[in-house]
Parts: sequence; structure tokens; C-alpha cells
Amino acid sequence: MIPLYTRRRLVNGINLTVSLLTMFFGLFWLGWILWTLFAQGFQGIALSMFSQMTPPPGSQGGLLNAIAGSFAMTMVATLVGTPIGILAGTYLAEFGQRGWLAPTTRFINDILLSAPSIVIGLFIYEVYVVSVGHFSGWAGSFALALIVIPVVVRTTENMLRLVPDSLREAAAALGAPQWKVIMQVTLRASKTGILTGILLAVARISGETAPLLFTALNNQFWSSNMNQPMANLPVVIFQFAMSPYEDWQRLAWAGALLITFAVLSLNILARVVFRQKSSSH
Amino acid sequence: MTKPFPHSRLKRQHLLDLTFRNTTRLFAFGVFVILAGIVLSLLIGSLPAIKAFGFGFLFSSEWNPVTEKFGALVPIVGTLATSVIALLIGIPVSFGIALFITELSPRWLKRPLGIAVELLAGIPSIIYGMWGLFVFAPVFAQTEPWLTEHLGNVVLIGPLFQGPPMGIGMLTAGMILAIMVIPFIASVMRDVFEIVPPMLKESAYGLGATTWEVVWHIVLPYTKIGVVGGVMLGLGRALGETMAVTFVIGNAHELSRSLLMPGNSISSALANEFTEAVGDLYTSALIELGLILFLITLIVLSFSKLLLMQLSKREGKK
Repeated sequence: MIPLYTRRRLVNGINLTVSLLTMFFGLFWLGWILWTLFAQGFQGIALSMFSQMTPPPGSQGGLLNAIAGSFAMTMVATLVGTPIGILAGTYLAEFGQRGWLAPTTRFINDILLSAPSIVIGLFIYEVYVVSVGHFSGWAGSFALALIVIPVVVRTTENMLRLVPDSLREAAAALGAPQWKVIMQVTLRASKTGILTGILLAVARISGETAPLLFTALNNQFWSSNMNQPMANLPVVIFQFAMSPYEDWQRLAWAGALLITFAVLSLNILARVVFRQKSSSH
Repeated sequence: MTKPFPHSRLKRQHLLDLTFRNTTRLFAFGVFVILAGIVLSLLIGSLPAIKAFGFGFLFSSEWNPVTEKFGALVPIVGTLATSVIALLIGIPVSFGIALFITELSPRWLKRPLGIAVELLAGIPSIIYGMWGLFVFAPVFAQTEPWLTEHLGNVVLIGPLFQGPPMGIGMLTAGMILAIMVIPFIASVMRDVFEIVPPMLKESAYGLGATTWEVVWHIVLPYTKIGVVGGVMLGLGRALGETMAVTFVIGNAHELSRSLLMPGNSISSALANEFTEAVGDLYTSALIELGLILFLITLIVLSFSKLLLMQLSKREGKK
């Protein structure tokens, strides 16, 4: 029979080793996925990717229209979603101490933050695509904007709450009306934090595929008209990867590498921006 | 020359204040409207299907666009089964990772490890799907005969592991989902583990407890509400995940007993069929699937949020 103390040490040792192994397990997948992406993606990366349109199967081409479409829709979505998110977040942080609206909104916002993105696409399809009668870049942008809003609301509120009350009181004591206090003092003090939130939101939507399937759809050609179905990187990757054509699959991998690179850089950029802010204080 | 303070200016500022306040309130209300709008529009969109099939929709496994007979059982089962598999694998691994980061890792390693976990969370889901289909599924197909051989004849769970080794199917989808939810669950667990008062842990160490005993008897009981909240958050993610599942689940509207067989989930049925659906009833049935998915995740996420709120309330009292 093992003495109690030895057994406890043994249990401790085994469990901590398992914990170490789970850490490796997690990193293993990250490594494997990134490695596959690089190995497969680099084969397809070429200059033509940025200069040619998506090809029909069996011929040469690039991803230019998809990259441009994704870029345009992400821009519009961010421009639409960010002001709405900042204003709603401001209400929660600055006026949300009393009443039922703020706690309810906070609760709902957190749910929307993790709501299935495909349902957001379905919603925009129902309220926008059906009423105008066709798929369009606008619809895709609106769906993405609905994903931006909760992210920005959340970070705006959190960042505004970090602003010390003494700053607000000092401004109020100088006679500034409340809107001026918020616009020129508290929002300004937390602008780096809010920027971080916006960057994270952009990172989130640049890889989203599901909400675009029934809104922006796809377009094989160059489309600068937001009122038409619009090519976009995620849906092109989906379509090309699921196809049996090898050259399409190669382009899909290259696009996947591009998108992951963009999303991860944005994530890292957001962190660097935020760290600079916290170290400057 | 001193002018008296103009009363009108004060009034104007007051008006501006009021406008500003109400504008922000309007947008906060907008968030509320979005949620209501989603539920309402999906409800309206699914009315034809609800009228045609009633409650039977939930329990019928038929899915026939030609005869326009639709039932949601196969996708619902697929969604739940893949999410449960994801949690069965994801929870212990996330716990291990959170434990490692909070208790074992040297200080200099904590930050990079945290970032690595968050990068895993940041990879777009379509990448997981592609990787799952082209890299993971072929590898997994080779281990499936082993699973069938060793687990296929066990009582109760045996039938779950029988079938041809195709590489794609519900088990594969569940495993990809597990990899995807690990970062979400692990980062919530890490955050709640860090709020345990050091005094509690130090007292236990002072009494001679080992690290494992401190985690198991002090940290975990103290944070159990938060841990469950994190698990629910992960479940919410897994239920609604679309692209990763669509690539590997196989998209077959058949109810099969084995996890190695292709199935379908609500989100992948939507992703595959929605733009190709012909006829109002077909579209409406798909929208009703979306409504069901939204309601399930709504319940799961609300539950998660309530638990996490309870924990932070308790934290606030101290």
C-alpha cells in the first residue's frame, strides 16, 4: 500500500503532467493548421492573384475581384456599424446606471456577440434581400455591420468605464455640459481602447463566410456596384475549395492563407495598439 | 465690459445635452430592436412551414424537396450530437490549458500562451473547415477502423462507432468543433480562475495541499458557476458554427445511428441549400430551421450569461 503522502504527490504529478499535455494538444492544432496553410497556400500565391479575376475552372486567374469585394464590404460594414456601436456603448457606460434599458441592452448585446452568424445572414435576407428582390453587396455589408455592432458596443462600454470619474467631475466642475464632457473628455480618453475594439471587429468580419452566403452571394466578375451580387474572398474560398478542380482548390488555399494572415495581423495589431495605451499611462 | 451670462446659452446646452442623451439611448434601444427583429422576421418567414407541418416538424426525419415534406429531426440531432462531442473533448482540454496557464506556467510564458490560445480563436472558421476536409479527414479515416474495432462492440456505445471509414461525418465535425471551442472555453476558465482570492489558495497551500488539490478543492468549487458559464458559451458557439461543420459533416439528410456516418446540422443545411431552395415551402422550412437554431442558442447563451453575471455579482460583494 502506498503511503498517503506519496499517493497525493503522485496524483498531483500525474494531473499536472496531463495539464501540460493538454497545453501541447492545443498548440499542436494551432501549429498543424498554420503549417498546412503555409505549405498549401504558398504554392498558389503569385502576383497574378492580385491582378486577375476569379477564373472559370481550368484556366489561369486570380482573386482580385474577391479581394476588392471583401475590402469594400468590410469597409462599409465598419463605417455603418462603428458609430452605432459607439453611441450605444456610450449610453451603457455614461447613462446606464438607472432604468431597465441599459441592463437589458447589455444582456442582449452579449447574446448577439455569440449569436450564430448564419442567422444574421438569414435575417438580412428576410428584411432586405427579399424586399429589394436581389442579392447585393449592400446586403452583405449590412449583415457584417450587425456583427460589428455588438463587438464595438462591448469594448466602448468597457473602455469608457475605465475612465476615472474624477476626470468627468473635473470637466463638469469647469462648467462643461454633459455632452461635451463625454465627447471631449471621456471618449477622447478612451479612444485607443475603442480603436482596439474596432480592429478586433474588422478582424472578426473579414473571415466571416456564413452571413454572406445569402446576402452578397458571389460574382465571378469585377463588380464595383454595391447594388449587385458581389464577389468576396470567404465565399470564393468556400466555392473553390468544395469544387473538384485542382486549380480552383489551389486558389482557395492561397486565399485562405491571405485571409488568415490578414485576420491574425489585425488581431496582433489590436493588441499592440492596446498595449501601447496601457504602458503610456 | 462684462456681459451677463446669457440665459439662452444655458438653455441651448441643456437642449444639446438632452439630444445627445436621447440619441445614445435610441441606439442602445437599437440593439434591443435587432434581437426582436431577428426573432420576428424569422418567425414571419417560417409561418408557411409552421402552418404546413405544425409541431410534427420537430420530430419528422423526412426531408424531401420533391414532395415538399420537411422535418427538422436530422439537422437538430446533427447539431446537438456534434456540439456534445465538441464539449466532451473540449471541456477537459480547456480545463487543462486554463490550469496550466494560471497555476503552472512560468510568468514569462503566460502572455505568449494566452496570445496563442487567442490566435486559435481568431482563425476564421472556413479555414478550420478546409483544413478539416483536406488534411484532417484523410488522416482520421485511417484511425476510424481502429475505433470501430475497439469501441464498435462495446455495449450501449458500440453502434455509435460502426460504419465505413470515410473520414467525414458527425464525429469528424464534432472534433473540428472541439478544436474551435477550446480557445473560448479555456479563456473564460482562465479569467475566472484568476479571480480566486490568493488568500484562499495560500491558506490551502499553507495547510500542505498540493497544487492539484488546491485547484480541485479550492479553485474549482469557488469558480464553478463561471466554469459552467464558459462551457455554455462554448456550447453556444458550437451550436451555431457553420462553415467548419459544412465542410466535414457530409450533408446527408439521413438519421443514422453511427457517428462515423455523414449527417447534417441546422447551419450546414442552411449554408448548402438556402440559395438553391425552390418554392416557398422549401425556403420557409429552412427559415424555420434557422429560427430553431436561434432559439436554442438564445437559451444556451442566456443561461451562460446569467451564470457569469452571478459570479461577478458575488465577486463584487467582497
